[in-house]
Amino acid sequence: MNPVKQLSRRDFVKTSGLFVLGVSMAGCGRQDKPGIRNAGPSDGPWSPDVFISLDADGTVHIISHRSEMGQGTRTGLTAIVADELEADWERVIVEQAMADAVYGNQNTDGSWSVRGFMQRMREAGASARQMLEQAAADQWQVDVSECRAENHRILHDASARSLDYKDLVLAAAALPVPAPDTLSFKPSEKFRYIGKDLPIVDLDDMTHGRASYGIDASVTGMKYAVIARCPVTFGRVKSFDAEETLAFDGVQQVVEVPAATPPALYQALGGIAVIADNTWAAMEGRKRLKINWDEGDNTSYNSEDYKAQLLSATRQDGQVVRGEGDVTEAFANAEITLDAEFYTPHLAHAPMEPPVALASVTTDSCEIWAPTQDPQSIIEAGAAITGLAPEQIKVHVTLLGGGFGRKSKCDFVNEAIILSKSIAAPVKVIWSREDDIRHGYLHAPSAQYLKASINSENAVDGWLHRVAYPTIMSTFDAGAKRPASWEIGMGAVNMPYDIANVNIASAETEAKIRIGWLRSVCNIFQAFAVCSFTDEIAYARNKDPLENFLDMLGPDRHLDFSSFGQEAVDDYPFDTARLRRVAELAAEKAGWGSLLPEGHGHGIAVHRSFLSYVAAVVEVVVDSDGRWNVPRVDIAFDCGLAVNPDRVRAQLEGSVVFGLSLARDGNITATNGRVDQGNFDDYPVLRMDMTPETSVHIVHNDAPPAGVGEPGVPPIAPALANAIFAATGTRLREMPFGPQIAV
Amino acid sequence: MNLSINGESIEFDGDANMPLLWALRDVLGLTGTKFGCGKGLCGACTVHLNGEAIRSCLTPVSAAEGAEVTTIEGLAADGDHPLQKAWATHNVPQCGYCQPGQIMQAASLLASNPKPSEQDIVDGMRGNICRCGTYERIKKAIRTAAGELS
Repeated sequence: MNPVKQLSRRDFVKTSGLFVLGVSMAGCGRQDKPGIRNAGPSDGPWSPDVFISLDADGTVHIISHRSEMGQGTRTGLTAIVADELEADWERVIVEQAMADAVYGNQNTDGSWSVRGFMQRMREAGASARQMLEQAAADQWQVDVSECRAENHRILHDASARSLDYKDLVLAAAALPVPAPDTLSFKPSEKFRYIGKDLPIVDLDDMTHGRASYGIDASVTGMKYAVIARCPVTFGRVKSFDAEETLAFDGVQQVVEVPAATPPALYQALGGIAVIADNTWAAMEGRKRLKINWDEGDNTSYNSEDYKAQLLSATRQDGQVVRGEGDVTEAFANAEITLDAEFYTPHLAHAPMEPPVALASVTTDSCEIWAPTQDPQSIIEAGAAITGLAPEQIKVHVTLLGGGFGRKSKCDFVNEAIILSKSIAAPVKVIWSREDDIRHGYLHAPSAQYLKASINSENAVDGWLHRVAYPTIMSTFDAGAKRPASWEIGMGAVNMPYDIANVNIASAETEAKIRIGWLRSVCNIFQAFAVCSFTDEIAYARNKDPLENFLDMLGPDRHLDFSSFGQEAVDDYPFDTARLRRVAELAAEKAGWGSLLPEGHGHGIAVHRSFLSYVAAVVEVVVDSDGRWNVPRVDIAFDCGLAVNPDRVRAQLEGSVVFGLSLARDGNITATNGRVDQGNFDDYPVLRMDMTPETSVHIVHNDAPPAGVGEPGVPPIAPALANAIFAATGTRLREMPFGPQIAV
Repeated sequence: MNLSINGESIEFDGDANMPLLWALRDVLGLTGTKFGCGKGLCGACTVHLNGEAIRSCLTPVSAAEGAEVTTIEGLAADGDHPLQKAWATHNVPQCGYCQPGQIMQAASLLASNPKPSEQDIVDGMRGNICRCGTYERIKKAIRTAAGELS
């Protein structure tokens, strides 16, 4: 598995030309159960495209090929198809794609489903619409240019005739599929669904207990399994005694799963699996296992020591990833210099549905039901484990009970495949919450050092930023010790300020535990440091933080970081005017500069990630004991075209909760290689009582659509820290802040 | 052991110590009730026992004997509970996984306190985690169902 390929956005652009219209694939028939309705490539009476089929009664089936984890993709992408098709939303059925390369990339991460597939969805819809128009024109013997589609009908205005799509399906099916370059698209003012608030398609199922997640999948003869994994990464079973386990009613057998070896990739971690008639028996059986572990080399991993190493690494010169001018000289000639160290710990994803997967392996097939963000990776993994051909691996994608990046990694699916193969029966592997917290692909801890110079004209003219954190690449390459350019590109190397002398550098560190990506990834800690330090500079310059930010940002311009190893994305220049506008909008809506009650403070943070521009203004209230609460957050957001504004607001509301959660309580530590936390008691997440009133202010414009699910998270923690400073004069440079700060 | 679930009498012959959660899900096939933590910390497994919200992950099946169990599947026979309608009005769910537990908790709250104050709602709901962060919409939906918002 090549993670670079998975993470690269450029690959998609390169390969997207391979989409073929009009392909009808055989051999992947629809599956009606279990789980949400899954489908192979469209194979209905008329399939003008792999994403669309129409029944004889005019019902439109649209394939959702990206994974639904709460971001609304099953509604948003399908609405784009329906819009271009002029389909009546009431006559649309959304079906979930199985893993199949015919759809293009299905790896749902990086906040790019709409960006990556909007045009492809429009082509699918336009293609079907034009064929329906042609079929009607043929029937009426008029020129197709006189026909137009509107809400599931083709109209001929001149003769006041019209036909429902159901009356055109068979005729349209006999027509050639138009070439992509002959397609015409609706002008944006004619959009029927795009840009409007649409309820999510799964809403009714979700509120009635009918929505089907990975944990709900079931097939006849299925067994339930939980696995005892070594508490230390890459440890292995030395010996075990399962006598009491096997004596527990409902336990059927125990199976040893081979230990993973570095690099972790998406390998099953290994351990002892308890297979039972139900989940509870499997869990009770596991409690009764006696396992003697060889804990391996990672028992030396202690978070306190590791933190000291990271901090120490940032106190010396690193490998320069962006150098402009001469910071040393700027610092030497400065009127004022200031510096600061920031530290952030590991985080765990903790999706409400823990990792879970069902696999059914036979001698000639392997069928999987999983809440996966990356179904195509499972084809590859399943083929490797079973020895079957890729086309014998069928992956059904269920709804995901949260993902946040955890379910991009199919280690838990591989466990189910290994066990099903081993016992020749379908097996559902369920992770307990403790399994999830202790055996995740953790968000990296980080240390950062920043230093700035202010010259005699009170202008910022020097910026030094050193980062140290274990790289995600260590999960794929055991020797990787330095942040990849795309990691540093998440808020460090692409610092947008207009400063003449810049030095940004990274240090080497070795990972001792599986490192993965978590919602907004390195932006979390890099935005925390940069946006906090920007606030510190404001006070050093005796300027209002908003005014200081706008001044540091400089004149409106497009930035290009390609000479620092950063990929420039076509149609998505880094436009500082858009960053300025969100800052101004959030400040205006929040009443920035107004007099707040005693103990209250406003903080602002402005950040661009996943090609979207975000500014958050947090209002905090801190009591005399240092207990704090956030009554209100204003967040201004520019993601270009917002396909479903209600879901954009929902994602931003959720990002505020996610960001406050990690800022307040997010802290995973390891002692002797073992993760110290295990559940929501020692790894708390935000609850209703700490949730602020959030106002989302969407900047509406015609720019192409950018990311939505992740970019709201990074500015929340620094905006909060800046607000706490404004309220109390206490500067927080280490996350989490805890429920009470020292004042 | 005889159980009454969503008004139906059901014979359960499994282990009486099994948490009601797993009996509902694995034995009886009622999967609307979710597993989230196994320690009563998140509320994803909330069901009603004689009309009161309980955490089914910590409640042995034996405790349900002779009582009426209501799950999300049986909250309203016609699917028309005011909370379910209010959840739609506010487009509450994101991933949706915790929502059955949230709705069951809210239904119990409204049954005992039909006009909850803002603080009553927070106190009643703070045991239920939503990792997607839909809390503000949940709060609004409860107020709508209580007739306070249109």
